Amino acid sequence: MSGPDVRSGNMSGASGPRPGPLSKHDIAALVARDIPHGAFVNLGIGLPTLVADHLAADSGVVLHTENGMLNMGPAAHGDAVDPDLTNAGKIPVTELPGASYFHHADSFAMMRGGHLDCCVLGGFQVSAAGDLANWHTGEPDAIPAVGGAMDLAIGARQVFVMMTLFTKDGVPKLVPRCTYPVTGLGCVDRVYTDHAVFDITEQGVVVREAFGTTADELAGLLEVPIR
Amino acid sequence: MPGNTASHQLSEPEPLASYCEGVTVQLCTDPDEAVAGIADGSTILVGGFGMAGMPVTLIDALIRQGAGDLTIVSNNAGNGDTGLAALLAKRRVRRVVCSFPRQSDSYVFDELYRSGSVELEVVPQGTLAERMRAAGAGIGAFYCPTGVGTLLAEGKETRVIDGRTYVLEYPIHGDVALIGAYRADRMGNLVYRKTARNFGPVMATAATLVVAQVREVVETGGIDPETVVTPSIYVDRVLEVADA
Repeated sequence: MSGPDVRSGNMSGASGPRPGPLSKHDIAALVARDIPHGAFVNLGIGLPTLVADHLAADSGVVLHTENGMLNMGPAAHGDAVDPDLTNAGKIPVTELPGASYFHHADSFAMMRGGHLDCCVLGGFQVSAAGDLANWHTGEPDAIPAVGGAMDLAIGARQVFVMMTLFTKDGVPKLVPRCTYPVTGLGCVDRVYTDHAVFDITEQGVVVREAFGTTADELAGLLEVPIR
Repeated sequence: MPGNTASHQLSEPEPLASYCEGVTVQLCTDPDEAVAGIADGSTILVGGFGMAGMPVTLIDALIRQGAGDLTIVSNNAGNGDTGLAALLAKRRVRRVVCSFPRQSDSYVFDELYRSGSVELEVVPQGTLAERMRAAGAGIGAFYCPTGVGTLLAEGKETRVIDGRTYVLEYPIHGDVALIGAYRADRMGNLVYRKTARNFGPVMATAATLVVAQVREVVETGGIDPETVVTPSIYVDRVLEVADA
């Protein structure tokens, strides 16, 4: 683990309690800070796409998009929009020098084969054992749609989840067991939330950093044992 | 290629051009010709990821052609009122196999699904691609780590290999593949453009009849062999649609 403030310029690096809860962009900046230099990374649809805005120009990070591209550039605007060049969310994007294109079977082989260093996914719930639920609410009239979520969850060497720690109704999303249908079992390594960053380890859930709260306070709010 | 200037030679070699004519792909000038003969009950692999690589002209021709009771294998289940959504709206589709049916504008599919008028098999995106790859590569089935312990692996055979659990997945073979590509030569070699490549090269290997909609057809030899993505052996018919 590198020290604070290697990338984003957002984190003070000062000791003592940090303000919180964090905004979406603050969480994205934290994730960006922790992605190693030169890593091959997939950013999931939704909240994780914000991470790209916080990667430093010299980060050397190569973004993978599962519809078949490495070294994807930022979103395309105006004349740069090309219908043949989109990201996994079907948003027009650009290519950076050194980009490559490949078909879907290769793209997911790259993922499943453990070649991606890291992926960042959104989450409905993460369990203490690192199970992830992020694809389906399981409600009777919900139409299931999985896309690449299951492939990403089990494929990348490190899986980071970005989510708010509580639902809008105040229900924790870091849970003893997922109640939503799971996307993958034991696949999450780290959870970035507005209140804290958690490592999911074989010994349990560890608070890595807390924002405007403490590990003890979090332990009182969550049903998950916190170390 | 040898030209007419060699006509004075005594033993003239077989002109390369005439040999090539024998293996020319079926170049279609009419979209209806490109989809002719597709039978009711067919499984059709449809390329594209969103609109990128979507063979819209071929899908429109399939709607006119009239085949029904179809199984459609594609990443999505149609958008708006055109393409796959229009095919669904005409009740030609019995079953959809896809990874991501639900989208902001997938209302045609949503309504058919909720009324029980269309069957749905949801497959993780990478598994969908790999099942077609397996079909094209002659693989009987494969053990895949994706989806283990989830709803999508329920009832499937599993096996632990080196301490990791895998799900047995079977190939998806198409009777027909309708794909979009960028350029074809007259033999049917294909190249794609940017992320419009997506499912095209995999689907081209996995169907009995492969039809490619391309933006331009060039002479045989007009594509650098080093850059061919889908070799001609996989391609049966090519339709040029310049403005697609």
